[in-house]
Amino acid sequence: MHPIGEKYLRKSALPTIFCPGCGHGTVLNAFLRAVDDLGIFDRLGLVSGIGCSAWTPVFIDTDVLHTLHGRALAVATGLKVARPDRTVVVFTGDGDCVGIGGNHLIHAARRNIDVTVIMLDNAIYGMTGGQVAPTTPTDARTQTTPYGNPEPAFDACDLVIGAGATYVARYTTAQPRQLIKGIAAALGHPGFAFLHVISQCPTQAGRYIHGLTTPAPYLRMIKEKSVGVAAAAKLPPEARADRIVTGVLHERHDRPEFVHQLGLQREAAIA
Amino acid sequence: MKTNRKKTERIVIDPVACKGCHLCIDQCPKNVYAVSEDRNAKGYLLPTAARLEDCIACLLCEMICPDLAITVEVEDHAK
Repeated sequence: MHPIGEKYLRKSALPTIFCPGCGHGTVLNAFLRAVDDLGIFDRLGLVSGIGCSAWTPVFIDTDVLHTLHGRALAVATGLKVARPDRTVVVFTGDGDCVGIGGNHLIHAARRNIDVTVIMLDNAIYGMTGGQVAPTTPTDARTQTTPYGNPEPAFDACDLVIGAGATYVARYTTAQPRQLIKGIAAALGHPGFAFLHVISQCPTQAGRYIHGLTTPAPYLRMIKEKSVGVAAAAKLPPEARADRIVTGVLHERHDRPEFVHQLGLQREAAIA
Repeated sequence: MKTNRKKTERIVIDPVACKGCHLCIDQCPKNVYAVSEDRNAKGYLLPTAARLEDCIACLLCEMICPDLAITVEVEDHAK
């Protein structure tokens, strides 16, 4: 095992539950490297919901809350208010975050609470057997849409930008170096930071949506589809439609942070 | 000519952690890896650094490995 893994992973929980070639392991790898670079391991507070993605922080040997389906952000809000000294990070999946927990997501973004959300998007409900998710592309075949998905997919980044998030970025598991930098930048942002990570699911999404049986061509496809923010701006809208735009999509510093506002209110009440 | 190219001494693959997804073989820009004939205890075919001399120590395999099974040991020029 790599020294980073030896240092930070919970040995009793290994091996990870992830299928061979699952992108969530790459995100775990990148997260550990980002945390190692920043030196903030001792003050992490990790929260996750339910699903494959929610298992990601469980393998990290630190304080982890593995909570109810979709409610990770509700628990994280409570944790951050009670312990503002902690760097609270939520690991969540696409179904967990914008499907079941969509309401918690928009309100956490509206409050601009200093929490980092890492949404691992594999466009399908992987753990339960490959059902359609809010992020599944239109016309994609899944276990519950055998004739193709009739619904348009959710753009989680546009959703949280609209709701008031102050840092929104998108990366893929095919570009781990950018992903490490992106996680470090999101962790350092003083406000609600949303990281949309396109991850591969070779077992469910690979087989049903993309017709690929091995992880290697799947990752190659993600790499070919992804395009940086600056390059994407030059593309015509129809060419941009099925590309994955990566990089920092939105950043602002003019909105007050929720825990800071609560503190001001408390001080005013005491005075 | 002075070169800044780092030299890779060794690539260690943990046979217990590896799940045989072969992302390292596919993603390596210099095609250093090959599928070996060794299987680990779970029956996965392990990758092997067949062309170690081609390695440019970009560490992409280390970072992309979902199970943190790869360690690229780079020669330290500072020594």
